[in-house]
Amino acid sequence: MRPSVILVAAISVAPFAALAQAPDPDLGRNLAASCAMCHGTDGRSAGITESLAGRPKDQIVATIKLFREGKKPATIMTQIAKGYTDAQVAAIATYFSEQKPAGK
Amino acid sequence: MTREFRRRDFVKLLGAGAAVSLAGCAIAPNSAGRVIVIGGGYGGATVSKYLRMWSGGAVQVFMIEREQNFVSCPLSNLVLAGSRDIAQNTFGYENLQKNHGVTVLHAEVSSIDTAKRVVKFASSKYGDLSYDRIVVAPGVDFLYDQIPGLNNAEAQARIPNAWKAGPQTVALRGQLEEMRDGGVFVFAFPKMPYRCPPGPYERVCQVADYFKRSKPRSKVIVLDANPAIVSKGKLFQAAWDSMYKGLIEYQPNQETKDVDVRTMTVKTEFDSIKGDVLNVVPPQTAGAIAHAAGVVNVSKRWCDVNWLTTESTVVPNVHVIGDATQGGPGMPKSGSMANQQAKLAAAAIIATMTGKPVNQTPMINNTCYSYVSATEAMHVTSIHEWNAAKKTLVPVIGAGGVSPASSQQEKQFADGWALNIWNDALG
Repeated sequence: MRPSVILVAAISVAPFAALAQAPDPDLGRNLAASCAMCHGTDGRSAGITESLAGRPKDQIVATIKLFREGKKPATIMTQIAKGYTDAQVAAIATYFSEQKPAGK
Repeated sequence: MTREFRRRDFVKLLGAGAAVSLAGCAIAPNSAGRVIVIGGGYGGATVSKYLRMWSGGAVQVFMIEREQNFVSCPLSNLVLAGSRDIAQNTFGYENLQKNHGVTVLHAEVSSIDTAKRVVKFASSKYGDLSYDRIVVAPGVDFLYDQIPGLNNAEAQARIPNAWKAGPQTVALRGQLEEMRDGGVFVFAFPKMPYRCPPGPYERVCQVADYFKRSKPRSKVIVLDANPAIVSKGKLFQAAWDSMYKGLIEYQPNQETKDVDVRTMTVKTEFDSIKGDVLNVVPPQTAGAIAHAAGVVNVSKRWCDVNWLTTESTVVPNVHVIGDATQGGPGMPKSGSMANQQAKLAAAAIIATMTGKPVNQTPMINNTCYSYVSATEAMHVTSIHEWNAAKKTLVPVIGAGGVSPASSQQEKQFADGWALNIWNDALG
């Protein structure tokens, strides 16, 4: 796992966040958009790749953790999961959990 | 948040006075302004869709594309092998209009007046079109003048590049089909940077796959201007050795200097290589409209942009995405990269046009699959994050990588990638 100095720092000064920069409400959306080329726009997959839209946040977070730690075998997600911090994964998972699944 | 709510939110946010002084088509009263997108490839189509989607319709988007259809370069090498039809790579743009309200114009832009912020068209059918911001996503043009014998239409028909999917891909497939068993296919491509680093090596696999099945006495001669395989080197070498032994002759450091159409010969610095079918991919540069707009500022070939916003470093209000850009370190010219840059651009443009702060920590991801046969594929992936000190996107150390080997499972994922990235751009 890659520690994120910036995000850890941001969390630790949370009470003073208003003095610095308000958290970006689009952070999860922007990060999750990177997943769309394999998992579909907003996580609604058109192909064999798993849909992520509407999946529980905790489930996505736990799965990414397993990929990152090499405990869940994968072709590519083990490599991609290592690129994101816990805070970033949480933001991505929150975004997908709030999206409507395909056909609903 | 619903789209309706967002729209009302924008109206409230902007009031009635925003950007109504534009010429041309009327701007809706709730508009945050107008963006023109030039080019409907992986970058252009995706940024058009996301500008509409993420602004809740507040940003008006015109996408100008001269071709009627999107034809995917990824998976077009399979057409050369005969395991895929070009029609399967071909899609219309109608859903961008229908689902997202993008105005798609099939026209040719002749110039951009970046001072007046106006686009001029080649045809008098269209008047000038003004913009608040413009996204230039023209892909690449070929530098035919660097291969004199190829610098005319007749030669280009006889020796296709097939490096933009479409008629040239079909033409090259036809030539391969007509070639005798025992014939020689000479495939030459330029030094980096060019569109799709692993693409040439995938092409070698696909043509070899066709020869192995249908013309086993034939040969692929690869003239690589680079000193070695530039992407997934060990994996491609392993595929060539295990699947296509005796069919491929790979020659590094063979930069094409000229061709002779009459004798069907490729000339490099020291050698002349004859073939029955020649496929020569010339060196490339940002599409002509990027040059016309004055945003080409790296070695007279590529566009340098601020990777927080994709705005040109020389001309304000002009964004450039995709193959036309000078990428940050480790950023390839790929459909995948263009898809990701498109969303970075959409977020930054919407933020700027609606008076919000631009994301200071963008991340993008590149994932490219290569098909080494009709049934197996392999990947390369990388994650890129903003580095404030270096002021560019840099690869995240310790993340990303390549497949251990090609596999049938990854072929399934490659197919899934294609369906989703096409849908992400056009659906």
